[in-house]
Amino acid sequence: MTPLLRMEGISKRYGGVRALEGARLECERGRIHAVLGENGAGKSTLIKVLAGVVKPDAGAIELDGKPVALPGPAAAHRAGIVSVFQELSLLPDLTVADNIGIIDPPTRWGLIDQRAQRRRAEQALARVGADVHPLARVRDLALSRRQVVEIAKALARDPKILILDEATSALTAADVASVFGVLRELRDAGLAIIFISHRMHEIAEIADDCSVYRNGRHVATFRAGARTPTEIVEMMIGRDYSSAFPPRPADKPSAPPALKVNKLSWTGRLRDIDFEIRPGEVVGLGGLDGQGQRDLLLALFGALTGVRGSVAVNGKEVRLSSPRSTRGTRLEGGGIALIPEDRKTEGLMLSMSVRDNLSFAAIEQFSRAGMIDRAAEETAIASMIKLLGIRADGIDGPVAALSGGNQQKVVIGKWLMTRPQIILLNDPTRGIDVGTKQELYQLLRTLAAERAALLFYSTDYAELIGCCDRVLIFYDGAIVAELEGEAMTEHNIVASAHGLVSHASTSRAEPV
Amino acid sequence: MTGRAQDLRYWLASQRGPLLAAALFAAMFAVFLVEHPAGASANVINTAANKGALLALVAMAQTIPVLTSGLDLSVGSVFVMSNCLASTLVAGEPLQVALGVAAVLASGLLCGALNGILVVFGRLQPIIATLATGAMYYGVALWLRPTPGGDVNENFADFMTGSLGDAVPFSLVVLAGAVVVIWLPYRKSALGRAAYAIGSSEQAAYMSGVPIARAKFATYVLAGLLSAIAGLLLTCLTYSGEANALLGGSYTLSSIAAVVVGGTSLYGGSGGAIGTIFGAFVLRTISDLLFVFDIDPLSQPLFLGIVLLLSISLGSFRLLKVKKRLDLYR
Amino acid sequence: MTAPAPLARIFGRVDRALLAALGFIVILLVAGALYDRNFLSLDYLLQQLQVAAFLGIIATGVMLVVLLGHIDLSIPWVVTIGGMMSTAAASHEGSAGALAIPFAVACGGGIGILNGIGVAYLRIPSMIFTLATNAIAQGLMVVHTSGFAPQDHATPAMHFIAVERSILGIPNAVWVWAAIGGATVVLLRRTTFGRRVYAIGNSERAVFLSRANVRLVVVACFAMAGACSAFAGVLLAGYSTKAYQAMGDPYLLPAISAVVLGGTSILGGRGSYVGTVAGVVLVTLLQSILSIVQMPEAGRQVISGAVIIIMLLVYGRGAKVVS
Repeated sequence: MTPLLRMEGISKRYGGVRALEGARLECERGRIHAVLGENGAGKSTLIKVLAGVVKPDAGAIELDGKPVALPGPAAAHRAGIVSVFQELSLLPDLTVADNIGIIDPPTRWGLIDQRAQRRRAEQALARVGADVHPLARVRDLALSRRQVVEIAKALARDPKILILDEATSALTAADVASVFGVLRELRDAGLAIIFISHRMHEIAEIADDCSVYRNGRHVATFRAGARTPTEIVEMMIGRDYSSAFPPRPADKPSAPPALKVNKLSWTGRLRDIDFEIRPGEVVGLGGLDGQGQRDLLLALFGALTGVRGSVAVNGKEVRLSSPRSTRGTRLEGGGIALIPEDRKTEGLMLSMSVRDNLSFAAIEQFSRAGMIDRAAEETAIASMIKLLGIRADGIDGPVAALSGGNQQKVVIGKWLMTRPQIILLNDPTRGIDVGTKQELYQLLRTLAAERAALLFYSTDYAELIGCCDRVLIFYDGAIVAELEGEAMTEHNIVASAHGLVSHASTSRAEPV
Repeated sequence: MTGRAQDLRYWLASQRGPLLAAALFAAMFAVFLVEHPAGASANVINTAANKGALLALVAMAQTIPVLTSGLDLSVGSVFVMSNCLASTLVAGEPLQVALGVAAVLASGLLCGALNGILVVFGRLQPIIATLATGAMYYGVALWLRPTPGGDVNENFADFMTGSLGDAVPFSLVVLAGAVVVIWLPYRKSALGRAAYAIGSSEQAAYMSGVPIARAKFATYVLAGLLSAIAGLLLTCLTYSGEANALLGGSYTLSSIAAVVVGGTSLYGGSGGAIGTIFGAFVLRTISDLLFVFDIDPLSQPLFLGIVLLLSISLGSFRLLKVKKRLDLYR
Repeated sequence: MTAPAPLARIFGRVDRALLAALGFIVILLVAGALYDRNFLSLDYLLQQLQVAAFLGIIATGVMLVVLLGHIDLSIPWVVTIGGMMSTAAASHEGSAGALAIPFAVACGGGIGILNGIGVAYLRIPSMIFTLATNAIAQGLMVVHTSGFAPQDHATPAMHFIAVERSILGIPNAVWVWAAIGGATVVLLRRTTFGRRVYAIGNSERAVFLSRANVRLVVVACFAMAGACSAFAGVLLAGYSTKAYQAMGDPYLLPAISAVVLGGTSILGGRGSYVGTVAGVVLVTLLQSILSIVQMPEAGRQVISGAVIIIMLLVYGRGAKVVS
């Protein structure tokens, strides 16, 4: 039987980076097809090509054996391809009903029929079991509610092919069960579903077929259950699993803590956080996305107001009222640096040169009375470029032209120039190619060896296990578990991350 | 909470800006009427209505591109230009008058279309593109009317500026007509909603398949049309056309103020023309109030400026509630 | 990898905008010369530079604000404040009036600080806030002059700077503009402050997270813009020996156009001062030519607007919204 969807030879380059290289994907009707691969393997790009958001440099797409062109999202919609992405396509200022009916709303005499649209929205929401009022503004909804609305919106379009790209990342377990129920019904009715997720257990639960990608290429396709999780992971990373990460030092750090946090709280999103980090340690933050990990990092960098509790750096209590209070000159030891969540909007000034970006945070080191000493700046920049192995061509050009991996290196280089003692990392390897990731892991270990204290948040459990000495698991703004040594396994992390759900039916179980 | 009560709650929450502006205007106007020596007479209300309606129409024009987080700095110039054009064409026999009116409205549409083409297809920034086209439209106005003059069919003018049944000023009827015939259908159409979507998040709108180019283009065309209607009304009020740069400039800038006071965000995605209309009336009533309270005419511009500053600063109180300092920076 | 030579750095980024602006200036000079031989005479060109100096000083301040990604619509009445306050101070202190100029500049700077506070601390969009401060500035001047044309005279110092040609026959105003321009170039390219200005125009968020004091930089730029505008008003009053109502109105559109035509992006984060100079010269020459050929005002407006649009279509277009 002809597959409903066939993509062949899809290639796409972004500047110097090959996102996809002759990738292919085949999907049958009435099957849920899981797409697996690491960050940077090309899954998202492949799916965006299918959704019409990205134009491939080469390749062909066939629906039901007939070639199709997808020049834009509208064309994909017309072809019956509906997608739910991580970056939600919801319009924050509009109501849920307006969002669900944004394309092809029911009309009466040329104008939108509000009542019919509302009914449609209510039906779509009921289908996924969402408890959301159709007139609520999306802006006012929690992230999990928004994801549910996004899925309802996709289903309301009566798709032939449904794509879900990390669409369940912020959902509660109850939501996930509900959504999976709907997906199974749709599959049985003949819909083809493409499902991207990092969570092995979800894939094991829902998928019929799996395809693995690595470095922009298709590696293998097989029936779900035909391979063990370890085999799958090895296909994804292309080498022996255990050697992906640099070895941990044998002896535990014993110096007094560089950072000690006591009963840190913030507007209910962070509740009584207690922990400490010693120089030389890499401590990880784990748990489902949106449980307060990112807020903790922002709090420790002074980007939040109304933070209660105490933070002590090298034994001295400090008030972190703004990022400027994290300077090395203000704090004993060297200061706190934050590698932020979104490197493009928070870490870099995209149209400025790589040089200017690198020296930006540390600019005062190279200046006297406000005037920049160009020579000193150049020397520091050159040595940082060498240290991090940033690609040498294009250094005078805008940093926007670099690949994701190199951009992240620039962000890290920018902060290393300030010679921080405490380094906070907010999901630093997201969207980066495997090679650069390896370099970053090594760099983290080297920094730790030089007595820095690192706090590392990652959504990738394997990374947490491989890079960190300890992992603190977050749930609903509090630390619910601390895993160390032998106890740091994906199973334990996932279990702790979900561990309280069964008890949480009466308390506020909504991740935000 | 019952379904209907909840619906009402949501609706009220979404209309907060316009409702506030409306309440503010009602309060101010009431005080004005009470303090005015002539009281609530037809003449007083008529004059107030005429002045307010002019700004309200131009401000409505400004609101529509602002919804997409764009801007139209040529609305004042189109206003002045259509005033001059009307003073040339809208005269003589009824048929000529009708054709003249049609021509004036068409000129507004054309000006708007040029703005739209430059912003959407030329991909020029709205601020600078409309600043430049504004200069061009003003040049056309000057060409039409190098000196103030011209004429307009008296019956038509009297009709447009008199009172309907001696109670409702006709300028308000024109304004209401613009709302009912242009704004409301637009707002309820897919194209109008697309404008809100674009202002809310252009990227998400694109991913959702919203027709961005068409929607943005339409906003500028409608802005041109509404500015032309305002110009036509001005001609009827003054019985002449004048290429007054100061007037055009002040209307452009006041239209932006009216948009903000009326509760529409300059970043787009929320608000609407109804709020803007009340915002325009609030601005006009301020100067009337200053007159009525016998504030020294020399101090009035200063008062106006201070009140404007205070009213736009009101929104800043919500900054005190922001817990994530990072969110203050876009 | 060695750093590029300093000379290459200065001219390394000769972008399309600057080339286009320079090209157009050449066209204007040629066109003017064809119309009237005297157009290319040294005397006339110096006169043009003198007129350009006033606009240039205003445009300097505007450029700083635009680089941040903001706009300053309070220019018209801050210029007027500069003119009126300096002449008023002059009449107070007697003919020496040494404090006339600093006082006026301080007034402009004060309004600029108010602008900066509204934009940086109250987070009100600069377009609407500077509109309001413009209205307030106008209100203050109406009260000050009671609506009449002010009769105060400019000080000899003001006249000296604005009108005389003391060094090498070049108008003093041009030297002053050059000094301010030179200082601005150093500020933008060689200081940490300048880096931050460009960075904020790129991404305020990233600058905040890089530990820089964003708000202070914004206030400082608006203050400088206010000071520049007021200083230009001082010079204008010196030129005409008196200040007059709405003397700043004709400078708003030309100043913004000059900055944008010089290649500074209206969205902020990109632009060079050399480009702004070229833009100022271009706008001034255009206005001159239009008045020499005795083009009626209507035509002047249309042509000015059309020129801006055409040049922007050549090099000022934005990117498409796609990925």
